[in-house]
Amino acid sequence: MASILAVDDSASMLQMVSFTLKGAGFDVVEATDGQHALDVAKTRSVDLVITDVNMPRMDGITLIGELRKLPNYKFIPLLMLTTESSPEKKQQGKAAGATGWIVKPFNPDQLLNTVKKVLG
Amino acid sequence: MTIDMAQFHQVFFDESFEGLDVMESGLLEMDPGNADPEQINSIFRAAHSIKGGSGTFGFTNIADFTHVMETLLDEMRDGRRQVTAEAVNVLLASVDVLREMLTATSEDAEVDPERVKVQKADLDRLLAGNSAAEEIVEPDGDEAAPAASEQTGWHIVFHPHSHMMRTGNDPLRLLRELKSLGELTVKVDIEPLPPLSELEPEDSYLSWDMHLMGDVSKEKIDDIFDWVEDDCDLSIESLSPESAAPAVATEDVSESEQEAEAVAAPAPVERRAAGTDRRATDRRESAKKSAPSGGASSIRVDISKIDALINMVGELVITQSMLSMMGEEFDISQVERLREGLAQLERHTREMQESVMQIRMLPISFTFSRFPRLVHDLSTKMGKKIELKMTGEATEVDKTVIEKIGDPLVHLVRNSLDHGIELPEDRVAAGKPELGTVELNASHRGGNIIIEIKDDGKGLDKEVLLNKAIEKGVVSADAVLSDQQVYELIFGAGFSTAETVSDVSGRGVGMDVVRRNINELGGSIEIQSEVGVGSSFVIRLPLTLAILDGQTVSIGSEMYIVPLVSIIESIQIKEDMVNMLAGKGETFKLREEYLPIVRLHEVLGVEDAKAKEINEGLLVVVEGEGRRCGLFVDDLLGQQQVVIKSLEANYRKIEGLSGATILGDGSVALILDIPGLIRMAGKGPADYDNNVRKTA
Amino acid sequence: MSKSQSTEPENLQAEEFSDEENAQYLTFELAGEDYGVDILRVQEIRGWDVVTRIPNAPPYVKGVLNLRGAIVPIFDLRERFDLPFHEYTKDTVVIVLRINSHTGMRIMGVIVDAVSDVLNANSEKLTNAPDFGGRVATEFIAGLVSAGDKMVMLLDVDKLLSQDQGDSELAVAS
Repeated sequence: MASILAVDDSASMLQMVSFTLKGAGFDVVEATDGQHALDVAKTRSVDLVITDVNMPRMDGITLIGELRKLPNYKFIPLLMLTTESSPEKKQQGKAAGATGWIVKPFNPDQLLNTVKKVLG
Repeated sequence: MTIDMAQFHQVFFDESFEGLDVMESGLLEMDPGNADPEQINSIFRAAHSIKGGSGTFGFTNIADFTHVMETLLDEMRDGRRQVTAEAVNVLLASVDVLREMLTATSEDAEVDPERVKVQKADLDRLLAGNSAAEEIVEPDGDEAAPAASEQTGWHIVFHPHSHMMRTGNDPLRLLRELKSLGELTVKVDIEPLPPLSELEPEDSYLSWDMHLMGDVSKEKIDDIFDWVEDDCDLSIESLSPESAAPAVATEDVSESEQEAEAVAAPAPVERRAAGTDRRATDRRESAKKSAPSGGASSIRVDISKIDALINMVGELVITQSMLSMMGEEFDISQVERLREGLAQLERHTREMQESVMQIRMLPISFTFSRFPRLVHDLSTKMGKKIELKMTGEATEVDKTVIEKIGDPLVHLVRNSLDHGIELPEDRVAAGKPELGTVELNASHRGGNIIIEIKDDGKGLDKEVLLNKAIEKGVVSADAVLSDQQVYELIFGAGFSTAETVSDVSGRGVGMDVVRRNINELGGSIEIQSEVGVGSSFVIRLPLTLAILDGQTVSIGSEMYIVPLVSIIESIQIKEDMVNMLAGKGETFKLREEYLPIVRLHEVLGVEDAKAKEINEGLLVVVEGEGRRCGLFVDDLLGQQQVVIKSLEANYRKIEGLSGATILGDGSVALILDIPGLIRMAGKGPADYDNNVRKTA
Repeated sequence: MSKSQSTEPENLQAEEFSDEENAQYLTFELAGEDYGVDILRVQEIRGWDVVTRIPNAPPYVKGVLNLRGAIVPIFDLRERFDLPFHEYTKDTVVIVLRINSHTGMRIMGVIVDAVSDVLNANSEKLTNAPDFGGRVATEFIAGLVSAGDKMVMLLDVDKLLSQDQGDSELAVAS
């Protein structure tokens, strides 16, 4: 049972992502902003992190940078959820250590496909 | 697998409306010359969230509309666009339209496409007007790559850079994905591998030379390597003979969104902007009113209030079962325990009652929240500079009050803006600061909620009011009125001294309706004013509408309830303590004050009153609306909590009474309205002068 | 619920109608005359009970009483129509009515001498009340119907009792 940490400050998005992934049999941990997610990550491991970019307290890119500093998060896939098409955000994400991104709007099937691909 | 997204919609709408509030208040607070970047960021984030969610849940029109707003805000937060007052106003108007769109969509209703189009045009125009260096997003679709419909295969060389795995991208996964597209033959180059002792396990050394056979589009291959394009060397060559030069995977992923570059036809902008503002405000207010889907009939409650209630119910159940056990085998020796049990029951019931009423209480900020926008829009429209200061937004009031006090408050605030605060040049000429101030305060005092609307405008001119009243025949020419009474003239129906009825304050939806609405809530309104300095309207409302702590008094065979909050004390006085003051009637001295005596049996027409002489009865000293007097009654009976029942429901409002209640024996007792009684008895301080009371 | 003896029920017989509108009226006696009110407006009939006096109300407003938690005003119709006062007896009855006023539905009670039977009346049979200088102002009479050898005056209760709401506007303004 692979576990996924889902981070988004939008309750509806978080619900949707969480519901979709749980429905596919994944164990989902939820966080509502970057700081929250980091606190959670310090207490446990997961197999994949999916995070929104624009969040209060700590944004997604900073989160990714911080997660990469944690020993058990060095190599796990960290995906950004972003509506932004500008290359800079992606660059910043990659520079911080992001694995890749999922572009919003996406539907649950797209999300699942990507997750399954990444987790193998 | 299809997941029904509809279950997430309500949460999306709820958070979007909250986001809109954040945007609106943020925009209102924004100082165009000096915008706080964090502020812009939070407004941006709110728009971004709404766009993301609406796209995800399929509300494309909302997503498209919000996208333009988001773009503008993005430019602003990056410093690529100036924050101008015009931009803020356009964004504010857009927030209104967005709110309408969300409301309509949430109710499955039709959005007015014209409104949306108009507003979007404004946004687009703004965007294009002084547009920042906009990135041209590449058009959708595949590039004109080898558009060969038939592909025999591809030759792919993939060499990850050493750090690639640290991004969490596993080369094996990529190979696996390639394999799923067609027939894959792989040759791995292990040459670069260092000896084991020097091997960095986290680094990538290998590279792969592959052939992927099959009719696979280049796009699919690009997709697989999308995330790692900067972290590797990649070459993809078509094996089809007609293929052109190999396309290197460096293109951007194009989004399905398209930046709207269209410049809308320059429509008559300024008029429209103002008009839209006004329409927006009106429509927003009417939209807020016509949101019955869960709006009027539901309430958000802090969970701690519910928990407290649950605890109380628990205690109630315990007490009840204790009493019922007692009842099963009762003998007279247990009467003390019975009394205790009943006292406990009473306590629990009272606590629960208070607790439940608390649930109906909401902070008055719900009502106040519309005012910053109102003041902003109206002052802009009137060309006046007005600042709104609000305090006490956390003051909790009953939900019914929240719902019903809104309109009167709006009217009073509009009144201050329109008739109170002067134009900037007039203010300066009068030696006042150009910026006018309107204050909105709420507080609890005694058993009441006090709401004050104060302005530092030109104040009420008693002479003008009086003359108008005489002109209208409301008072006779030789009447002598106190200041308070002159001000209260404005509550007369159809009484407006404004030269032209400005459409801001509304046509004849006047102060009379305001006062009536306030009276219907069991409250009262008082005016204080000084010409040239300003005016203040003070509204008093009871804290709870349904229940009252009352002191029962008897007069003859009749019983009346005096609200406990109005009672200062009850005393017995003797004949010699009464003074007859010329023109003021009977008064008695209480500490340093001479207070009038109100013989209730006279005012209420009780024929069988027992106490005729002062020393035969009791004096209940009460206060109402700043006035004090002593009510002369036969006797004091018990104190109890009574449920207020309306007299107006089936009959009408009676002067001097604020309602009725049903006593334990099923009979009806009337509740006295202290301010009303004082007025009726003609014992208010205003009535000390010889005056003419208005005749109906 | 008390109901007085009906007088000559045989005279107030149901009439046959084809497709005419058929309304029913509760008839009652007041100072020797017969009146009727639309049965659909009648909520209940009670015996006279003690009411709580309302200060400074018109004399025909006897007071209010508690009707299952609602505060209901009670009017003495005799006094309302300036008829000579009649002691309340065990036959005295309060008819509780649902009134349509401009502010919505209200419940009010009227004291009458005695209640008679329910009358079916064809709307055709209603004649407009001539101005015969009767005790009851003709503005409150919706029509006349003959029932046997009686003339029943049908009251427009909305008009009659809403009158008192009008007072409240004036009261508030002062």
